[in-house]
Amino acid sequence: MLVYVIRRVMQSAVVLLVMSGLVFVGVFAIGNPVDILVNPNADQQDIERAIKDLGLDRPLWEQYLVFLRQAALGDLGNSFVFNVPALQLILERMPATLELAVAAMLIGVVLGIPLGLWAGLKPDSISGKAIMAGSILGFSLPTFWVGLMLIMVFSVHLGWLPASGRGPTTSLFGVQVSFFSWEGVKHLIMPATNLALIKLSLIIRLTRAGTREALVQDYVRFARAKGVPERRVIGVHVLKNIMIPIVTVIGLEFGSVVAFAVVTETIFAWPGMGKLLIDSINVLDRPVIVAYLLLIVALFVLINLVVDLGYCALDPRVRLADARV
Amino acid sequence: MTQERIAPPAAAATGPEETPLRRIAADFAASRLALVGLAMLAAILLAALFAPLLSPQNPYDLAQLDVMDGRLPPGSRSADGSMRYWLGTDDQGRDMLSAILYGLRISLGVGVAATLGALALGLALGLAAAFAGGRIDTLVMRVADIQLSFPAILIALVLLALLGRGIDKIIVALVAVQWAYYARTVRGAAMVERSKEYIEAATGLALPAARIVIRHLLPNCLPPLIVVATVQVAAAIALEATLSFLGLGLPITEPSLGLLISNGFTYLLSGRYWISFFPGLALLATIMSINLVGDQLRDVLNPRLQR
Repeated sequence: MLVYVIRRVMQSAVVLLVMSGLVFVGVFAIGNPVDILVNPNADQQDIERAIKDLGLDRPLWEQYLVFLRQAALGDLGNSFVFNVPALQLILERMPATLELAVAAMLIGVVLGIPLGLWAGLKPDSISGKAIMAGSILGFSLPTFWVGLMLIMVFSVHLGWLPASGRGPTTSLFGVQVSFFSWEGVKHLIMPATNLALIKLSLIIRLTRAGTREALVQDYVRFARAKGVPERRVIGVHVLKNIMIPIVTVIGLEFGSVVAFAVVTETIFAWPGMGKLLIDSINVLDRPVIVAYLLLIVALFVLINLVVDLGYCALDPRVRLADARV
Repeated sequence: MTQERIAPPAAAATGPEETPLRRIAADFAASRLALVGLAMLAAILLAALFAPLLSPQNPYDLAQLDVMDGRLPPGSRSADGSMRYWLGTDDQGRDMLSAILYGLRISLGVGVAATLGALALGLALGLAAAFAGGRIDTLVMRVADIQLSFPAILIALVLLALLGRGIDKIIVALVAVQWAYYARTVRGAAMVERSKEYIEAATGLALPAARIVIRHLLPNCLPPLIVVATVQVAAAIALEATLSFLGLGLPITEPSLGLLISNGFTYLLSGRYWISFFPGLALLATIMSINLVGDQLRDVLNPRLQR
């Protein structure tokens, strides 16, 4: 197990390094790096000084090393627009995005697993078919359009929920969260539901498929033949076995939820880092774009690592396979 | 539908001969939902194909637009009384029905072009990986793995931030995002097929490698690819719409469905729902019909699910 953990951590470090290289080449080497790093309003003298300061006259690999060292020190440049360190800007917005993502994931899991189980146990019943039809709908509905429709119905027509913003926040261990006040929850409901929709469908389908496959397996038949009560067969034998892919997907999808928050945040004017990214792309605030990318890459690598280790803890086969190598 | 397959081969001679295609068609037709999807898809494709004939007005021809007709609700008559706007008009007085039909063309065109590009690239790389093995295999699959661990929208966003706007650029971004799905699928199928006897026989005949790959290996890898490609067309269309909605996709001159929806966003809050609502409905119908067809295709073509 320890060997496995060490090897996975090493792998993650390599991926992080490779991705930082790609981001570097992508943003710094394609196009003129001066445009990217120097305020476009700077005069000729400033530009020449900047080229020297930034070491742009040196070979690419040397520049990359410098970039890496500065990145490791947490220095990813200043935002052109806000004139504060880009990293700080993003970290300030992060709690809002994470709150949204966690809320969406909770909705997905709490509703998705029971619905998927039901659809898997009764695939030919009307309710089972309705759940599946709903999940196809959830997959097909373009997220941003659903967001607009939610606003149209609940904000414009019914006037129940606010159309944009985050509302008042409360400080919890120094982090601003909005789910402690009713007003905050009201602001959270629509964006979270919007973001949860695709994941909800995914979890439903995954749970249903897993349940259907598990039900015809020998261990389930054996458990039934043994006279194990049906509730235990479903709750223990089936659920435990289908949890492996589901946990993987929940883990991996968390990152995609954070990324997809870009869309939801734009629609609902949620002050998270996704909205910041879109705003930065629109005004070409490149240090912020780079900082966002590196941060999200790090987040993904971390998520993959945690999922793999969780997998290892859940499924003895992974551990055993590794021990044999 | 199951009787045909349970019947022994000899019995098949009495009825119409069972070819693989006929079996697939019969299995496909077993789901009414899938047939509805197929019919919907056919209607949408025809509507997009014949958009210039069907639409009451050419939405790109500014001379045909009348700003006086701007933001009219569905069913209104134009100011000069010459035509009726069944789905209302946008802020420039453009007939939404026409805009949607033309937008559908662009959305479908971009989706299909990107899918074909990604399919070609993924197919080539996947087959190369499976057939050459070794370092090429490791390299291609590692890159695919890493790429697939990041969500498509993020990669597309970054690429478009670097490349800028335009139809060609969004197709490039979509291809870059999607090739890995195909490469992985093809490689998986090709690895299984490669160890089969007919490939061994072809290799034994000393046929050139290119011929074995293209004539023998490729056709047998197609079924899973078809499934992935159908679903990915829908994904490509949805992704393009999302990117256009975020203002990073297509230029504003020839709006796709996503851009139409985005244009209507500002008017939504004042209750003018139709500018966003109807393009969204068209987008939904397109994606949904493709998904329904793809879903059923996957069940039909997946040997593991054949009971």
